[in-house]
Amino acid sequence: MLEKTGVPAASDLENVMPSEERLNRGPVAVIECFQNIPCNPCYTACSRNAIKEFEDINDLPNIDHEACNGCSLCVSKCPGLAIMIMDMTYSEQEALIKIPYEFLPLPKENDLVKGLDREGKPVCEAKVIKVMNPKSFDKTPILSIAVKKEFAKIVRNIGMGDEDGR
Amino acid sequence: MKPAEVLIIGGGPAGLCAAISAAELGCKVLLADRNKKLGGQLVKQTHMFFGSEKQYASVRGIDIAGILLSKVENNENVEILSDTTILGIYEDGVVTADQSGNYFKIRPDAIIVATGASEKTLAFPYNDLPGVYGAGAVQTLMNEYGVKPGNRVVMLGAGNIGLIVSYQLMQAGVEVAAIVDASPKIGGYLVHASKIRRMGVPIYTGHTVKEAHGTETLKGVTIWQLDDKWNPIEGTEKRFDVDVMCISVGLTPLSELLWQAGCEMKYVNELGGFVPVRNEDLETSVKGIFVAGDVSGVEEASSAMVEGFLAGLSAANYLGYTIYNINEKKNDLHQQLNALRSGPVGEKIRKGISELIFSSEAAVSKEI
Repeated sequence: MLEKTGVPAASDLENVMPSEERLNRGPVAVIECFQNIPCNPCYTACSRNAIKEFEDINDLPNIDHEACNGCSLCVSKCPGLAIMIMDMTYSEQEALIKIPYEFLPLPKENDLVKGLDREGKPVCEAKVIKVMNPKSFDKTPILSIAVKKEFAKIVRNIGMGDEDGR
Repeated sequence: MKPAEVLIIGGGPAGLCAAISAAELGCKVLLADRNKKLGGQLVKQTHMFFGSEKQYASVRGIDIAGILLSKVENNENVEILSDTTILGIYEDGVVTADQSGNYFKIRPDAIIVATGASEKTLAFPYNDLPGVYGAGAVQTLMNEYGVKPGNRVVMLGAGNIGLIVSYQLMQAGVEVAAIVDASPKIGGYLVHASKIRRMGVPIYTGHTVKEAHGTETLKGVTIWQLDDKWNPIEGTEKRFDVDVMCISVGLTPLSELLWQAGCEMKYVNELGGFVPVRNEDLETSVKGIFVAGDVSGVEEASSAMVEGFLAGLSAANYLGYTIYNINEKKNDLHQQLNALRSGPVGEKIRKGISELIFSSEAAVSKEI
């Protein structure tokens, strides 16, 4: 599935998703990296040793979700843009997702945009809570978006409402 | 005739790193590149690199070019010849060159060939229409010259270049209608594929182009599905109205100078075509001629940089220069290369290289 279409299967995602119990305790990084490629900046970016040292640089990232506090340092460092932060405690109804977003124009805070799934299909409304683009992110801005909780595991991109819906 | 200790041909990631490490050993380096600006393909790589810190992982290619360039510019051991095409390497060791229209000769004591690779193309009806580009050409247009190549694109090839250029096209505001690859699986890194998919771009694996359409310029592309024996299936055609088609079906080493110099060459499909036989320190069968980067086998830029550092050490060492920890440095570089190639995505590279290496003693046929 993934290697034919570029879209991870449910079984792929199960392997990397933090436990429900952990998700319900606050922000945590989800690393959607499923292929053994030579790459380890997520480990070097992590200041809490939640992402463990790679024995072999081709290993998949090994993250201890208990040690991760969702600080998002790794998000803009991942060359594959494969790391997102999920915070299920954001509000009663909504989860906060932090995603890397390298497109212009950047949305503005409080903009209402479309939440897109892993195939780029619009699935829900999303509200832009914060746009972070400091120099240290090196041109990989991070957007914080709020979506209804049931879409927190589904939304991985935003659409700005161009004519083609993206 | 211009004398030189080490002549490095090509100022991309491999050539720049070779210059840095040879100069560090005290060797005088002449670094020639046919472009006005050095950096090779790095200057248009706006994405972050993979690998580890030693290969500048997480840094964008264009910024890596800046880092490497700052180490060769104002380096008293490095002389840069930009806008200089190396025309030939002759049997008496003389190298001919053309700098901005001026022809001259160089007599180097050692040579590192780091000329890179060029894009392969594909035969299909009307592939000569304006609007059909190599993906690398489109990347140059966009990222180097700031020219938008068109409005809507079909990308042929889902290797890393096809995926990365598709993403960069979208960043430039160009719509990517589809990515098409004849192989049943995506060849590039899946994280690249996933980030394009979540922009809504479909990837058609197991499909290829049937024909392009248009009279004056490209107006559309028809693709069709392949069966498990790679034969097209009638009735599966899909047409896309696009004004640009990018071809990204792999690279082949730019090895003409090595052929002319008499280096033993071998056809290794996994490495992109004819590549030079060499020892583990990157010396070819012609003594004093070393190779680094894509010309010695098409790979990622991270490995090209490590090979560059290694070839620079080897060439300087061949000329009698050394440093107290040279063996340590070499071991570290070998370990980096092994690590970069050791995973499943390096399998082809490992197989290819295993066909090429000869051991150092048996190596040497003639001197330059």
